Amino acid sequence: MSWCAWPGHAIGLDVLERYGCRMADGLGLTLQLVAISFGLGLFFGLGLALLRLRGGRVTRLLVAGYTTFFRGTPLLVQLFLIYYGLGAMRPFWQDVGLWWFFREPLYCCLLAFTLNTAAYQAEIFRGALLSLPAGQAEAARALGLHARATFLKVELPQAMIVALRPLGNELIVMIKASALASLVTLFDLMGATRLAFARSFDLSIYLVAALIYLALVEIIRRLWDLFEARLTRHLALR
Amino acid sequence: MAPPERRLLERYLALLSFGPDGWGDELLAGAGVTISIALATLPFGLTLGLLVALAKRARNPLLRGVATLYTTVFRGVPELLTLYVIYFGMQILVQQFWSWTGLPGSVEFSPFIAGMVALGVVLAAFSAEVWLGALNAIQKGQREAAAALGLTRFQAFRLVVLPQLLRVALPGLGNNWMVLLKETSLVSVITLQDTMFIATRANVVTKEPFLFFGAAALIYLSFSVLSAWGLDRLEARTHRGHRPRGALR
Repeated sequence: MSWCAWPGHAIGLDVLERYGCRMADGLGLTLQLVAISFGLGLFFGLGLALLRLRGGRVTRLLVAGYTTFFRGTPLLVQLFLIYYGLGAMRPFWQDVGLWWFFREPLYCCLLAFTLNTAAYQAEIFRGALLSLPAGQAEAARALGLHARATFLKVELPQAMIVALRPLGNELIVMIKASALASLVTLFDLMGATRLAFARSFDLSIYLVAALIYLALVEIIRRLWDLFEARLTRHLALR
Repeated sequence: MAPPERRLLERYLALLSFGPDGWGDELLAGAGVTISIALATLPFGLTLGLLVALAKRARNPLLRGVATLYTTVFRGVPELLTLYVIYFGMQILVQQFWSWTGLPGSVEFSPFIAGMVALGVVLAAFSAEVWLGALNAIQKGQREAAAALGLTRFQAFRLVVLPQLLRVALPGLGNNWMVLLKETSLVSVITLQDTMFIATRANVVTKEPFLFFGAAALIYLSFSVLSAWGLDRLEARTHRGHRPRGALR
């Protein structure tokens, strides 16, 4: 018996024993989806926030439109727009040589999740950067720091402290939202659970999945407390 | 012969028209279902959320524990999973009850009720946190003054705390509403014929995914933008007669 069938065997839950390995693979895919899209989202989110704050009028308007669209429509719609909508433009993608990307539900899913979380993270970073007193940047300039150093050494570290909590919440939202991947034929944790239920009609497999998701969320919450303690250690009472 | 762009536009307009070949009327009906399930969920979810928040502040440790467990579970589990568990779980329960009564035939369980219950329990978990924050923001003196005036605890809550609570909680509850509006798109997976369901079906029939999911996106977007505007107005209204602290006369 492989290790992933063990938990089900140990607690005597037949359906978990039979589908344990699929659930484990699904959990792996869920973590992969979330890690990649959230990581890329951090990068794009920060970029978008900077464009929104420092860009020209047209750039600011475009970024505002982007965030309004992605925060104002359900992720499910965005996912279907990309998976079915862009996926239907096969001849075009074949001409530009990108068909390998839009053919795969995994890549479509990653693209939808990344674009969505980038919009939310952009707003988080924007709020955090706006919350810094103007004196910080002014003092840095008075000390002769150029724009890059001012941003990287003065503004970003302080903004990160403000952004940390909401970013943690966004990561938790993404873990839960990643369950939508199961609706575009992917076997993430939710997809594996749906398969197991469809074959066994044993509702308890959903409760197992719920416990796994809960554990994930709890782990992130704890990790975030650690991050926060570390980032704010210079502010802690001695 | 019209140029190809013109023909494409005409084809799209025909597909979105209200006639027998167009999907305009179906999409509009779907939008109606979306807004009705959101509005039906709102009072149920918010009331349950307030009760959970009050339970979290109760003196009874068991009650507090149950309330904390409730918010932890329903805030940590994907909404899609909650929806499936409630939909399939209720269906099994209803069928068992039906066979227990011994009546002939079988009953169909309404996806609308299942969707409402699932979205409602999730909304309750999230709004409980908002209510809790608002309850904590109301100074102790308010309740003490109410007690000194001889009001019972329930009267103090209804007449003194609740009116102030709404003003403090409104921004958070507004966020909950915006999230709920978008989450209603999930009920399409349990065959409730909302915007998303209609768009999916239109795509299957016409093979025009971009057009119909784009139309669905615009429907949700307009609901979101309208709600944001309405909430702003509502917030301004709840602040009338409430001067910010330290403001000049």
